[in-house]
Amino acid sequence: MTNMVFLMNLLLAAAWGAITGSFTPLNLIFGYLLASIALFLIREQVAFREYTQRAGKLLILAGSFFLELVLSSWRVLMIVIKPKIKLHPGIIAVPLTVTEDFEITLLANMVTLTPGTLSVDVSEDRKILYVHCLNVPSPGETINGIKDGFERQILEAFR
Amino acid sequence: MTAFISILVGIMLIIGAIFAAGAALGINRLPDVYTRMHAASKAGTLGSGLMVLALGIYSQQWDDFMRAVATVCFFLLTAPVSAHLIARAAYVVGYRPCKETSIDELHMKKKNDDA
Repeated sequence: MTNMVFLMNLLLAAAWGAITGSFTPLNLIFGYLLASIALFLIREQVAFREYTQRAGKLLILAGSFFLELVLSSWRVLMIVIKPKIKLHPGIIAVPLTVTEDFEITLLANMVTLTPGTLSVDVSEDRKILYVHCLNVPSPGETINGIKDGFERQILEAFR
Repeated sequence: MTAFISILVGIMLIIGAIFAAGAALGINRLPDVYTRMHAASKAGTLGSGLMVLALGIYSQQWDDFMRAVATVCFFLLTAPVSAHLIARAAYVVGYRPCKETSIDELHMKKKNDDA
């Protein structure tokens, strides 16, 4: 249902582009905003509320992802420029709740781009993600961090 | 306006270059394949992404900017996958993690499978 609303929004934006006779990105974005206002007006008929909630969750997911990317790069940089590198790396097993292929891929990619973790392997039954960590003082904390953070956000955004 | 854009582009280029240099330094200094992949995948992605975005802003054209954004998206999609593949390939071929490594649950699992 939410996909249908998104499709309607895109179609209305394309219609706006056709009517105004210009398909510049700026005009299409403006048309998209206008179309979402139009959809908001008929929110009784379409599932507009779920649509905005899902869009909001996707935006939060993307935002936290970029924040984590910057943080992780910063941390790697700090480790690398120290005169003596002291690390306690380790490979830990993270049990997976997500089941779809593309969700696992997304999670693995995000894990790789976040501080101190790098996905190495997925077990054959797709239930365990093996993650290499730069520092593992406590494996349980790292596992909870991944499960509470990105995995929960992915589940909320795509289920 | 142009001065503002020039300063912004300059700052982005410098920060991107610092991260790219950090990634190169990390590949050189870290002890084993797996820790090196951390440096390559994270700092490398952020560094090159920032520099490409700076280029997109500098050109001040929509199509160039969108191309830069698309390039950054492809960086974000491909860098972790290649780091993951290299790490996995290294593990399968038999490069053990460095000796500081405290736990290795993948190794334990492989042992259990063989037994």
